Amino acid sequence: MQQSNAYVITFSVVLTIILGLLLSGTSEVLKPIQQKAEALDTKKQILGAVIPVEEIAAMKPEEIEVYYESRISSKVVNFEGGEVTEKDGVPVTAESVDVGKNFKKVPEDRLYPVFIFHEEGNPTDAISYIFPVYGNGLWDNIWGFLALQTDVNTIEGVTFSHAAETPGLGARITSRDVQNRFEGKEIFDDSGNLVSVAMQKGEGRDYDGDEHKVDGLSGATITAVGVNNMLKNYLESYKSYIDKIKEGNKIALN
Amino acid sequence: MSTETAEIVKDEKKVLEAAFSKRRKKLVTDPLVDDNPITIQVLGICSALAVTTQLQPTLIMALSVIFVIVMSNLVISVLRNRIPSRVRIIVQLAIVATLVTLVNEVLKAFAYDMYKELSVFVGLIITNCIVMGRLEAYAMGNKPYDSILDGFGSGLGYSWIILAVAFFRELLGSGSLFGVPIYDNISGLFGADFNLATNGLMVSPVGAFIILGLIIWVQRSKTGYVEH
Repeated sequence: MQQSNAYVITFSVVLTIILGLLLSGTSEVLKPIQQKAEALDTKKQILGAVIPVEEIAAMKPEEIEVYYESRISSKVVNFEGGEVTEKDGVPVTAESVDVGKNFKKVPEDRLYPVFIFHEEGNPTDAISYIFPVYGNGLWDNIWGFLALQTDVNTIEGVTFSHAAETPGLGARITSRDVQNRFEGKEIFDDSGNLVSVAMQKGEGRDYDGDEHKVDGLSGATITAVGVNNMLKNYLESYKSYIDKIKEGNKIALN
Repeated sequence: MSTETAEIVKDEKKVLEAAFSKRRKKLVTDPLVDDNPITIQVLGICSALAVTTQLQPTLIMALSVIFVIVMSNLVISVLRNRIPSRVRIIVQLAIVATLVTLVNEVLKAFAYDMYKELSVFVGLIITNCIVMGRLEAYAMGNKPYDSILDGFGSGLGYSWIILAVAFFRELLGSGSLFGVPIYDNISGLFGADFNLATNGLMVSPVGAFIILGLIIWVQRSKTGYVEH
């Protein structure tokens, strides 16, 4: 059956319009639900840096919201470590800051959200500080949350996510096994210089004795290097704020 | 869409044959074993290897593929006399891609964890040869109701194989089923020092190859199927 060119073109146009309307309609209808799901996922990731992932998995969405409300307080700081409460007259909250969008700016202009995991009902009694991090993986962006203990040196935990790393290789940064390797590592050396932590080339070696080295990802060296750069860059950006926490700790000790 | 299907079913019952005549049953049952898309036609291997480390994402993947294959078979079959033959592949692709995007959007809204885990693979349903193969080989030349049955059969054939692969991979590789730690529970029965070891090979795609190979071996030794 051979149709005329006009028929073929008309058919294609009509089909395209129908399918296009169908897709944009669905997207429009589902958008609010998707945004809610994304927001909940971010909260899960933030909590994932400080409490075991099994506990989070066992919680219902509403319970996560409640837990998050009662245990996490947040603020936004700038490169100099000062707190930012508004920008261009618009109030700024940590939850509203898009770390990915800020990543495109130069480090000095970015806004840096900080999430503080604290004892229930007492926001000043911090247990750990959670810093969002963002960077480049092999194919696309990677991001995550790094939790430091109250000494702002020892890593309490990390969570990582990615947009398009290779499944089974780079995508393993989302697995608990890999993330647990960061626990207990330290970001400052003995003389107080920021050295961050770095995944090493190769996998399967034991870096227990070295506070700054983490077992690497076999077959995903570029993703691992991306993780290293991401942590280093953001820790440097948060350094002013971290120094302020340290000052505060000293005063509290005296 | 569903009312339309129902009407067609009714019409066909009256003038043609029973809704589940012998021929129609064969449409569904053939792809399960004798003409299985994975083990006999060796299509859709990519996703069979990729998603089958755990049962839960595999189940979602299986349902998604069944949905896409049934719906695209239906739509293409309804339109089959209007689709210009010169652009038919593009039309098929557009419809499959639309359905896959719909699945992806729905997953993103209602099962965000699954969406994160599966989004790459759900996107790849578009290029799953099983879907395009059924459209080209069956839906383009057959009535809607038959096409639905045909798509459903192929989808089921695909699903039971990937679920079987996932069953063994999750059990042997992670020691669990649907996330329930089977190995830990069994080990607990024999005292604290007893530990069942998991096999890391099963978590990697190599494990899927081995299991798939074994399934094909068992199946072919039973059915006596030989490739020509």
